Amino acid sequence: MYDKLWLIPFFPLLGCIINGLLGKRFIKNEKVIGAIGTGAVFLSFLVSCKYLIQLLGDPVKSHENVIASWMSVGTVQVDWGFLLDPLSALMLMVVCGVGSLIHLYSIGYMHGEEGFYRYFSYLNLFVFSMLMLVLGNNALVMFVGWEGVGLCSYLLIGYYFEKQSAGDAAKKAFVMNRVGDFGFLLGLFTIFWTLGSKHGVWTINFMEINENAHLLSGDMMLGLGVTTVATLCFFLGATGKSAQLPLFTWLPDAMEGPTPVSALIHAATMVTAGVYMIGRMNVLFAMSPTTMAVVALVGALTAIFAASIGFAQNDIKRVLAYSTVSQLGFMFVAMGVGAFTAGIFHLMTHAFFKACLFLGSGSVIHAMHHALHHAHLHDDPQDMRNMGGLRKKMPVTWATFGISCLAISGLPFFSGFFSKDEILWWAFASTRGSKLVWGIAVVAACMTAFYMFRCLYMTFHGEQRTNAKAKDHVHESPWVITLPLVVLAFLATVGGLIGIPHVLGNLVGHIPNKLEHFLAPVFEHSQHLYEIEAHGTAATEVSLMVLSVLIALVGIAVATVMYMKNPELPGKFTRKFSQLHRWVFNKWYVDEAYDVLFVNSTKKLGTFCWRGFDVKVIDGIVNGLAKLVGACSAVLRHTQTGLFQNYALTMVFGTVVMVAIFILN
Amino acid sequence: MISVYHYMSVSAILFAMGTYGVLTRRNAIVIFMCIELMLNSVNLTFIALSNHLQSMDGQIFVFFVMTVAAAEAAVGLALMIAFYRNRESIDVDNINLMKL
Repeated sequence: MYDKLWLIPFFPLLGCIINGLLGKRFIKNEKVIGAIGTGAVFLSFLVSCKYLIQLLGDPVKSHENVIASWMSVGTVQVDWGFLLDPLSALMLMVVCGVGSLIHLYSIGYMHGEEGFYRYFSYLNLFVFSMLMLVLGNNALVMFVGWEGVGLCSYLLIGYYFEKQSAGDAAKKAFVMNRVGDFGFLLGLFTIFWTLGSKHGVWTINFMEINENAHLLSGDMMLGLGVTTVATLCFFLGATGKSAQLPLFTWLPDAMEGPTPVSALIHAATMVTAGVYMIGRMNVLFAMSPTTMAVVALVGALTAIFAASIGFAQNDIKRVLAYSTVSQLGFMFVAMGVGAFTAGIFHLMTHAFFKACLFLGSGSVIHAMHHALHHAHLHDDPQDMRNMGGLRKKMPVTWATFGISCLAISGLPFFSGFFSKDEILWWAFASTRGSKLVWGIAVVAACMTAFYMFRCLYMTFHGEQRTNAKAKDHVHESPWVITLPLVVLAFLATVGGLIGIPHVLGNLVGHIPNKLEHFLAPVFEHSQHLYEIEAHGTAATEVSLMVLSVLIALVGIAVATVMYMKNPELPGKFTRKFSQLHRWVFNKWYVDEAYDVLFVNSTKKLGTFCWRGFDVKVIDGIVNGLAKLVGACSAVLRHTQTGLFQNYALTMVFGTVVMVAIFILN
Repeated sequence: MISVYHYMSVSAILFAMGTYGVLTRRNAIVIFMCIELMLNSVNLTFIALSNHLQSMDGQIFVFFVMTVAAAEAAVGLALMIAFYRNRESIDVDNINLMKL
């Protein structure tokens, strides 16, 4: 029944190998390479659909498929195994569905690039790794995927590796992710060791960990519960991968990569791996209220912090990057207050509208790049100050971008509305929630609406500020680019309907919350066991919903006043609060602070290891040995005169000595 | 009466003179002649001992030594000429390409 699960990651791996090995020399044709790359992911999508339908009609909701043994050491048995349950099935749909759309888009966006085959090979490798992460039935297979997506992220951020900034950004992303990965491993070791040595359950299989997690409830470590220590370590891993405080600074820099990469990896899939991981280990997290409070607080602070930086950025992709960080913060708020379903729901809707926003920005950048190139100008095609008024030139892009802005702002009946309100409601009413987290999240939601509409207005409305020479060369993108935009905008509009909150469903008849029902087998157990629930009256929930819609409208209204009605207002504002503006514009100097705190000292240590230890000690030993041999030979060399008579004399002398010894004996 | 002792003494003196010449002389021809002197002193030893021991082995060895000496003279003189053509000298101090 479920024994062909391995096909899902297999197709992208095959596509990666074919394009990677044959793309440069033998295939060459862009259309064929693009078709192989896109087709591979689409095949995975079809297989995922088949299994999703099968799972929907199946009373048993979790299925494992072990294809081979990986390693067997003592009591530890690790398999190459896959796990299909509602959670991984939903992620499969997001990864493969959004993934195939973005592959299709890439054919148009990357047209004419030198490394076309390389790009598609990396992208398929990424999808493969992501699917391993999602499908792995034990923590090590997940870790393989976890590292794999980090690697692909590095490769694709550094796609334009001849640019210094791209190479630096790639390294930064990789190193910061490694910091997080270290936490992931520590968490895994803690769980594995405690379960094994104290309770005799040597396992890293997720199902078995979940079944035996209750054994850990009394164990202590470092003065905290073992589950608290382990989940905090796991959460450190999640902050690295999902760009949360304090490890978020790599994500905005990751915008150096091609735009479809930003859409797929740095908005829709990879950065949500941390959220997925918490969902996968929800039993462990539920056991530790401390960790969950930390998760919720970090998420809320990230949400508001990143949103504030989004206010003052002029690069369209950077605005979206900070928006992604902020929205990921919302997801962690959801996970932290125990609204696992809402977190995964927001993950899904965010994948739709943020991928659409990124692809829309890519479409704009693509058009701007060509127009500027045509006019032989060197203006920045990503700078929103060079845009404006593109609505008439690029109607499809404008419409889809606008819909996604409405969705992310949480206007009623767009997908973002349902997921975000579910999160805010849980933050307010959950047994693990707090008013503080709720308050921060509401303010962040208002700020989201503001900066997204600022971005929309600066790009598509008002006067066109593009250089006059390039103005008329801005055109709508081809169908391979606009089709994914339209599909994603459609999903961003209706995608929320699978998770209509009970209170709204009850108002208009009995519409069930399909998503909650679907994901219940994964989350219900821990929520019941550890008494995580949101309770309040329907009236409270509805009034909070109205409040959050109003607050989003306030954000939009402020943006409209500042960027549509009175275009001189932002300038006045920045002059009045120049100090504040400088801090926000420079991203609160977080990068600079990290440079002072960590980067410089690490670099100094590296320089010491290189100049001091490697050059002086290691090379000194090797070179010293060579010099010693040289010095000895310089002494011995004097016997080698090159005059044969000297040699003959030595021979005679030697013979005399030998004969003398012979005779005397 | 001239005993084998006397022959051996003459032979030893000749050999020592030859060795001394080989080690000290600079002229390649002279060195060459000294080598011949050493070879012939050995020949003298062979002959004397052959007579003394009433055995033909020594005399047969002498023929071998003379053959080798003749071959050596041929090769050696050819080398000398080749060297002289290159350097206009047969001084062994000039044969020092192996020196660092």
